[in-house]
Amino acid sequence: MLFLKSADLERFLAAASETRTVYVPVDVEPKKSAYRKWTPGTAVSKGLKTTRSAKDFFFPQTEDLVGFRIENKKIQILDPRGEEEDFAVFGVRACDARSFGILDKVFLSEPVDTYYENRRAHGLILTMTCRRPAETCFCTAFGIDPASPGGDVAFTETADGWYVEAVTERGRDFLAPLGDLFEDRDGSGAEAAKEETRAIMKRLPLADLQTDAFGGGKTKEFFDRPEWASLSEACIGCGTCTFVCPTCQCYDIRDYDTGHGVKRFRCWDSCMYSDFTKMAGGNPRLTQKERFRQRFMHKLVYFPENNGGEFGCVGCGRCLASCPIHMNIVKVMKTLSEGQDES
Amino acid sequence: MQEMMKKRAMELLADGTVTRVIGWRRGEFSYDISPAVFEDAAQIERDFVWDAFCGANVSKYLIRESAKGRVLAFLKPCDAFSMNQLLAEHRVKRENVYLIGIPCAGKADIDRIKARGIDGVTGIEEDGEAFVVHTIYGDERVGRADVLAERCLVCKSKRHPVYDELLGEEGEDLPDDARFAGVEKLEAMTAEERFAFWRGELSKCIRCNACRNVCPACTCENCVFDNPDSGISQKAAADPFEENMYHIIRAFHVAGRCTDCGECSRVCPEHIPLHLLNRKFIKDIDELYGTYRAGEDDETKNPLTSFTEGDAEPAVVRKRGRA
Repeated sequence: MLFLKSADLERFLAAASETRTVYVPVDVEPKKSAYRKWTPGTAVSKGLKTTRSAKDFFFPQTEDLVGFRIENKKIQILDPRGEEEDFAVFGVRACDARSFGILDKVFLSEPVDTYYENRRAHGLILTMTCRRPAETCFCTAFGIDPASPGGDVAFTETADGWYVEAVTERGRDFLAPLGDLFEDRDGSGAEAAKEETRAIMKRLPLADLQTDAFGGGKTKEFFDRPEWASLSEACIGCGTCTFVCPTCQCYDIRDYDTGHGVKRFRCWDSCMYSDFTKMAGGNPRLTQKERFRQRFMHKLVYFPENNGGEFGCVGCGRCLASCPIHMNIVKVMKTLSEGQDES
Repeated sequence: MQEMMKKRAMELLADGTVTRVIGWRRGEFSYDISPAVFEDAAQIERDFVWDAFCGANVSKYLIRESAKGRVLAFLKPCDAFSMNQLLAEHRVKRENVYLIGIPCAGKADIDRIKARGIDGVTGIEEDGEAFVVHTIYGDERVGRADVLAERCLVCKSKRHPVYDELLGEEGEDLPDDARFAGVEKLEAMTAEERFAFWRGELSKCIRCNACRNVCPACTCENCVFDNPDSGISQKAAADPFEENMYHIIRAFHVAGRCTDCGECSRVCPEHIPLHLLNRKFIKDIDELYGTYRAGEDDETKNPLTSFTEGDAEPAVVRKRGRA
């Protein structure tokens, strides 16, 4: 099995950078990381997760869709898309890797979103196992194994380096010319490291979180539950949970008047915002209770209903860590399933 | 203190003084406490919590809650300054709120605990001047001063400018020297350095609007940035400069009304030191118009919205502003 020694990481990233731009998590503060373009000397973060998710690479917060230039009575239509360059994202955890599959279901189903598709076609995902999961982690509740993170190439972290396995054809093609960077090691070390991760997951405070109560076809069961009122009461209606979420995919399309034309762009929207789904005829979600309910019903009921049972959450725990008032999907799931037992 | 608060809340519910109680509800891992409204003794008994992680300022919720009926709120000193400012602006119905001042020894910042490399938290206990953090990777002990929120390290006052009753001992104002150290550092920079500092910080903004939505001074029914008719409505910025504008405009709008409760910096998922913008305004107002503290009472006019003959003239503002 291929093994990359810790000391050879820099050489590996340099070699990978020869054929594409490589993004790595970098500590921007102690224990707070963000993806940055790798250049020689960039120190890769040892932290568990970036504050923002890796969805930004495929579904950026703002993006120009089309431009219009108006001269006299002529309108010229401008396509802002350039040639997408190949890139790789290093250090993606299992939760974020799974989120790409969820986003694919939204953006790659008909009609295909070509902006997203273009980035997906050029992006190589280099995943990493989790050695030190946090209390906010609950990916296993959604059937994710943080010891088998998927992507194109999976790195299994150990004390002195990483076992490296190609997961997809694209991953194999990427690794093929890099052979001399790796040692050949017996795979037992990788298995031991994976088992260690799985054992930690079982000890986490959210290890017992159950999803059984939720899923497709349960709209009527949950929609009018009285608990939504108290659950949403402290929500301040900010967009933090939706913007750090790897699977939130709602966006708005807006026009920007340039003075001599229009730039039409899309930007992330948040169901927590008061003008979400505001239409010419009004807004069907008038209070924070309805907006709040939308977010969790979408992830726990509507998304699985429309996507063969797959939940719209990967248990990364970013919303648990970032919510200003500490309300989150775990508290919602527990409250709603507890109430169910009583009834 | 927690037991005294629970007891008092239950008494005031029972005698009909209030119909609801706003406080804090326990979470999953000790530190993830949510503000909450309690309606009966059983809920209070089960979920009410008061400890070092009850940092959220509950004053702003009283705008909504006081419109519904009589509500009891427990206020830390900094929450009480926010409360008074809201009362001065007629945003909260005074007759519908019953305020109990509670002492505060400073709140812990979980991000500072985690920045020490501590994670996998299953529980946190206070032990004198330290916290014992239980994690799945073993117990850790951290000194209180090492993990207090920045705003608490430079706490402005342990005194409650408004209350109906107090629990525990009333405190005093604290010296302000340390509170403005960060602003002084920025003032000492060249304009280019300062510009680079703020562009660096504000470029991290994800426009989640948490700072605005949590801010007790931001109480517009419809924010100009949410209003499609304003022409500057932004769900997300079209370019990075817009994020700078959002924060600068917000800081201007709360100038003279901001009590420096520090909620903006607490909630920022990107840890932008937003309090520095507000403190610069507070410091400037103090220097140009004489010491003024928003939320001190509900009568004194904010120097930025009142005129006196002794007011600094624009030329003086410019001169002193340069110092």
